[in-house]
Parts: sequence; structure tokens; C-alpha cells
Amino acid sequence: MLTDNPPKVSKRPAGRDRVELFASGNKGRWGSRIFSGLSHGAGIFILIVLAAVAAFLVKEAWPAITAPTEELQQISWFKADSLMGYIAPLVFGTLLSSILALVIAVPLSIGIALFISHYAPRRLAQSLGYIIDLLAAIPSVVYGLWGALWLLPILDPVFKWLTNNLGFIPLFADYQAPAKNVLAASTVLAVMILPIITAVSREVFLQTPRLHEEAALALGATRWELIRMAVLPFGRSGVISAAMLGLGRALGETMAVLMVISPGFLFSFFLLKPGQHQTIAANIAAQFPEASGLSVSVLIATGLALFVFTFLVNMAARAIIARRKDFSGAN
Amino acid sequence: MSKRIDVKDLNVYYGDFLAVEGVTMAIEPRQVTALIGPSGCGKSTFLRTLNRMHEVIPGARVSGKAMIDGTDLYGTGVDPVAVRRHVGMVFQRPNPFPTMSIADNVLAGVKLNNKRISKSDAAEVVEHSLRGANLWNEVKDRLDRPGSSLSGGQQQRLCIARAIAVQPEVLLMDEPCSALDPISTLAIEDLINELKNQFTIVIVTHNMQQAARVSDRTAFFNIAGTGKPGKLIEIDDTATIFSTPSNPATEDYISGRFG
Amino acid sequence: MAVSTSQDVAAVPAALAFPPVSAGRRFVDRFARSIIAIAFAVALIPLISLLWIVISRGVKMFSWDFLSTDMVGVFGDMTSGGAVHAIVGTLLITGAAVLISVPLGLLTAIYLVEYGRGPLARAITFLVDVMTGIPSIVAGLFAFALFVLIFGPAYRAGLMGAVALSVLMTPVVVRSVEEMLRLVPNELREASYALGVPKWLTIIKVVLRTSVAGIVTGIMLSIARVIGETAPLLITVGMMTRMNTNIFDGRMATLPVFAYTEYSKGGVGIDRAWAAALTLIIIVMGLNLIARLIARKFSPKFNR
Repeated sequence: MLTDNPPKVSKRPAGRDRVELFASGNKGRWGSRIFSGLSHGAGIFILIVLAAVAAFLVKEAWPAITAPTEELQQISWFKADSLMGYIAPLVFGTLLSSILALVIAVPLSIGIALFISHYAPRRLAQSLGYIIDLLAAIPSVVYGLWGALWLLPILDPVFKWLTNNLGFIPLFADYQAPAKNVLAASTVLAVMILPIITAVSREVFLQTPRLHEEAALALGATRWELIRMAVLPFGRSGVISAAMLGLGRALGETMAVLMVISPGFLFSFFLLKPGQHQTIAANIAAQFPEASGLSVSVLIATGLALFVFTFLVNMAARAIIARRKDFSGAN
Repeated sequence: MSKRIDVKDLNVYYGDFLAVEGVTMAIEPRQVTALIGPSGCGKSTFLRTLNRMHEVIPGARVSGKAMIDGTDLYGTGVDPVAVRRHVGMVFQRPNPFPTMSIADNVLAGVKLNNKRISKSDAAEVVEHSLRGANLWNEVKDRLDRPGSSLSGGQQQRLCIARAIAVQPEVLLMDEPCSALDPISTLAIEDLINELKNQFTIVIVTHNMQQAARVSDRTAFFNIAGTGKPGKLIEIDDTATIFSTPSNPATEDYISGRFG
Repeated sequence: MAVSTSQDVAAVPAALAFPPVSAGRRFVDRFARSIIAIAFAVALIPLISLLWIVISRGVKMFSWDFLSTDMVGVFGDMTSGGAVHAIVGTLLITGAAVLISVPLGLLTAIYLVEYGRGPLARAITFLVDVMTGIPSIVAGLFAFALFVLIFGPAYRAGLMGAVALSVLMTPVVVRSVEEMLRLVPNELREASYALGVPKWLTIIKVVLRTSVAGIVTGIMLSIARVIGETAPLLITVGMMTRMNTNIFDGRMATLPVFAYTEYSKGGVGIDRAWAAALTLIIIVMGLNLIARLIARKFSPKFNR
């Protein structure tokens, strides 16, 4: 592990002081070796951990992947024809709830970020940022409680209105109280991902070059026109990657969904109907404490799918951020 | 279209700090007025008060009067947005919008007021403005390329085209050549000479040769020391300022730096 | 002097000379402004309602008794019982997670800033980014799989939860420490080298000393983030009615899981869940507050 950069480490104590300070120089060299070894080791350990996460998940999921369907079907809650048949509706539910959460959260976040970066007085802006950051610090189980016990009764009349007035659109048809449906879960998820999307968007909006803002103002732009002309085009890729990061969070969020939704395993677009959807993470949390043997493997296999999904989404988000860095560096 | 600007007893503050004190001057129409002076003397700050761009900085405010053909820029009910539509500005560093094409950059200000401009009208505005900025021949074949694909000097002329496309009455230029090479600078200076037939131009410059070359009148600003406000020392015909200035401070500054 | 004045110019009504922005544009501008302000107000609803409901419902059960008794022999509608076992469990497990992730995260960050170059550093940076995005439940599954492999399928211990939390916490520590170390100006390092101080002592005595406030802040915030994690603990450490202080053996109760299981029981359990949520929020907000205070008190020099 040390072979990566021995020359750099040993260079330090060289020079004319060496003779006078021979004793301490020697000690220093050992200190350097140990210290650099430790920090190299820590870095490499992280690589190993991540590899181990993937390897262990694959290993533990393997029995479920290779098991014949008949064996799988002996698990009490396994009603599908195959492992893929079991995972597919869960993936659907996960994607649906996360994307709905994004649809709710992204416009709100952009509004909040713009408010903080371009509307609020500068002194106020920082404290407003803190307030939004506070939302990020609240534990997910508290969001779950809040969603299940405070938000659901409030959403009930809203959903009723939706189904009565827009019920002709299948999305909003057949609402049944209580509001333990996917739209309610997505609302809670949206609140949970607001802070991250807002924080990243706020950062890029604040980085809008002053030159471009002044150019817009000098042309006689109103504040909104300034935002349309200079801020939004500049921040677009930043907002996209912020949304991806939010998506990554929403995909893996467990407690809020577990505590709010009434689960089902269907490919259903009835957003207001309970018992239609379930997400991978919530399903694992719900089944895992009672599971043993092969059923654990099945759940870990679903977890592996979730891991791969979030991995891809996060990688895409990082790639966008990285590309943006290059772009602004070139300017 | 050009107009006369009368400034009277104008003070500029940043919060409690008095940055520019008691400026009174007349800026004549169809002339180029150059503002010169050492760094930090408040000439750029003063320039920005002429289209209320200083209001972008939190805590910046002015007292006194700035009138364009008798209308107070700071009168009650005057919208700074409307002022900027009449008083265009070109900045130190060229700042075309990077996500817009050359043509869209020229039209950026026009479209604010007239969303549904017809294609032929738009093309006419683009050509007219780019010709006005001596850029048409260089870019007419690539109007849909991004504005950032141009060289620095071309970008600055694009910004001038963008500013004159909305047909302002006054054009403010804040050290428009300081980020450019000598050849591009010459092109801009030639352009300024042509533009003064149509616009009232106020230009801030660090380069006194430039002031001498392009301006009809020159105003000298000075600052007594750090923490003191900048002041207008004198304003006169450029020839007079550079040959027989009435204030010794002006003479010191010009002789110390000129030639 | 040729400074001319403008007394002779009569004031013209402003509106005539500068026709104001067209009504349509003004409307759009105001409309956008209101929408944006409303978006902000809407975002405050969950925050305020959440804090309000947690406090108002939480105080019902929240008492010294709640903080000092466990759940042994509590069943049905009994209103006795408390969360001391869960509080202790949360502190122990989080503490163990801190012991694992802080040295690891700190050293990795030092590697990335002071030593790292080339493909290895790039790979680590990238994977740390990826790790930040690992869903908490997957971290729980990983810890579970790891320990089951070593100790067999029936093994349960607080340490499993601590490992799961470390997987979530380490990347956060790396990121924040890295950011702080990069703020230390290079001149300081060079000044130290010029005095003949070896690199490792420079890092410890100069770089870490200069950025210690920021590092502590980052660590506090990362603790605040993992202390409320529920899902990985639910599937690894499970639940207990009584105190267990041995993190190497047996299930342990933790506050978030306690809140969840009490919520699932319904009835009186819901009151307990709110009280547990209140306790949790107090801990998390306390950590956040301390972190901000440290940051404000010790590191204004590096504020851009």
C-alpha cells in the first residue's frame, strides 16, 4: 500500500539540517511513514468497504437468485412467478413514489432557492438557509410520525376534492380514506428531499456571474426577467443534478413510506387508492424482522436492486456536476 | 435620440459610508464625456448612478439630482427598470449571455419589451445593431453560434450591439476596453466615434490617451485618501483639461501618468 | 472651471419621460415574485407544523419517568414505562459508530487532501461520493450480511447497527473534513516546511490545528445525521424492552426504532412514540446547535 508515493514521503527530512537534527529527523521519518501509511490505509479501506457492500449483498442474495420458483413460493409473502416478478412491482412502486416526490419537490425547491438567493434581503438569506437545513436534520422516523398522524388527516379533504373534481383522470380516481396512498407517501418524501435540492440549487444560483446579472439589468430587465435571462440558464445543470441527488434520497428512503403507505404489489397508476404500491426499502423494513433463511435472501436481492438503482442515479448526478465544473472552469 | 444629463449635488452612499460627494456636472448630448481619475475615486460608482445600476449593491443609495432632459432619474414613481431601458450600459468585461446565440444576445433586451417580434423585424434589428457595432461583417454567417464563441473584442462589440438594440438615449461605458488587446481597443474607439452621432456617451477609462482620443469633454475625479469620499475636481473640454487644466491636482494626475 | 448647473431645467413629470415597464411585464414580475414567496412559505409549513406537533404531542408523555425507566413489564394500556434503554442504546451504538467512522473518515480526508494524487485518489473521491448515496436500508443489509457470515444467522448485537451507521457516516465525515482541510491556506503548510517540520507533524500541528473547529462541526453534524437513522437499526439491532449495555451481544433498543415500534402498537404507544420523537429532536437539534456554535465561535477567519 505504501508503494504509491514513497519518494514524496522520504523527501521531507532531506537537506542541510539533516546532520544536526539526525535523531529527530530519524523519528520524523518514522512518523511520516506511519502517518502516511495510516492515511493511505484508511483511503484504501473505504474502497474495500464499498466493494464488500456489493460483494456481501450479492453473496447473501445468491440463494434467492438461484432458487427454483417453487422453493421461493413457499415463503408466505412470495406470491409472484419468479424473483423478477416479485421485484418488478417493487421497483415500479419505488420509482413512482420517488418521481412523484420529485415532481412536487423540484418546483418548490427552485422557488425556495430563488427566494433565498435573489429575493430575500442578504442578511436574512443566511438564516433562511439554516432554517431549510434544519429540515434536513430531522430524523426520518419523525417525518414518518408527522406524515402518518398529522399530514394524512389534512390530505384527506384535498384528495377527496381531487377525486370528486378530477376523478375522470384515472390518476385521481377512486380515492378511499384514510389517505394511505402513494401520493401521500410521495408528499412526505418531497418534504424530506426539499432541503438537499434547495441547498444545491441555492449554491448554483448564488454563483451566477455578476457580469451576466448586470448585463440583464442594464438592458432594463425586471427581477424575474433577470432570473429568466441569467440565473436559470446558468443554473440549469446544477438544478438537474440537485434533482438527481434528491431522487437518490427518495429512492432509498424507508421509514416515511413504511409508516404512511398501505402496501400493495401492483403496477397501478391509481395514485389515490390505498393498497396499490410498495417500495423496495419499506418492504425490506416491513418483512425483514420476521424473515429467515431464503426469505432473507429474497429481501437482500431486492436491496441489491435498490443499491444498483441509487448507484446509477447518484453517478449520473455526480457526472453532471463534474461536467459543470469543467464548463465553468473553462470560462 | 440623444439627451442631455444634468447632475446636481449628487452624493452616493454605501450604507453610512459616503463614497462620492457633491457631484454637479452637465453631460452634453451627442458628445463623449470621459470620466478619469485614480482607482477608487468613485468614477465607476458615479457612472452607475446614471442608470441606477448601483442599486444592485445592497445598502447603496444616492441623494441629490440626476436629470435626463429635465426628468429626475430618482423622482418618485420612476422605475429603475424603465431608466435602464433608456440608459444603456457596457461593462468592463464583455458579458454576453453564454447560453444564447449571437442573434439572441442582440435581441435579449428587445424581446423584454416586445415578446412577439416578427422574424423579419428581428432580423432587421439584429443586422442594424450589429452594423452599428461594426460587427456585422464578422458574424453575419454565424448568427446562431453562441455569443461566447467570439473573441474578447468581438464579444465587447456584441455587448454594445445588445445595448444599442433597445435604442437607448444614453450609453454608459465602464472601462469597456480594459480587458481587451490594443487592436480590439482601437476598434471599440472607432466605434465610439461613430456612435456619438446618435447617443450621449459617458465613458469611464483608466487610459488617459484613450480619454484624449475619444472624448469631447473630460471630467477628473479624485480622492483625498482612503476612507474619504471621491469628488469631481473639474470638467471641461478635453483639450483644455489635457493642456491647461485649472486645478493643480488635475495637472499632477495627467502629467504624472500621461506620456 | 466649467462646471455647469441645471437650475434652468424645469422638472418634467417622470412618468412621461420614462414610460414605466408595461403592465404585462410588471404583472409577470409580481406574479413570479408572489409564486416564489409562496413556495418559501409552503416550505415552512412542514417545518413549523412538525416542530409544533412533536412538541405538543411529545410533552404528554415526556417526563423524568419517561427518561429514566425502561419497558419491562409494560403492556396493554399501561401508561408507565419509558425509553431509558433506548436512549442508552442510541448513545452506545452511535458512540461506537463515531469511534469507527471518525478516525477512518479523518484519515481518508487527510489522504485525499495531503497525499492523494493519481487514480487511487480519484477512485476514492468517486466512491466516497457514491457511498454518500447508499440508502440507509442497504447499509443495514450490508451489516447484517457481514455479521451473519462471521457469526451465523442468529447473531444480533449493537455492533451490527454501529457498523451500518458507520457506512452511512464515514463518507459524510470525509466530505466535511476534506472541505475544511482544503480551506487551510497552502502558505501555512509551506511556512511550516520551511521551518524544517516534517510533513506528518505539519499536518497534525498546523493543518489539523487550524481547521479543528470546522472538523468538529462537521463531525457533530454527521452524528446528528446518523443518530436518527431508523431503518438500518430496525433490521440489525431490532428491539428490546430492557437495557442492554453490551454492544457485542444481544439486541438493543434505540430511540428511533423505539418510536417506530411504539407507533406500530397504537394506543398509548403513539404517545410514547411522540415522546421518543421529541427526545430525538432535542438531541439532534442540540447537536446541530453545538455544531453551529463551534463553527461560529472558532472559524470566522475562513469565511470566504
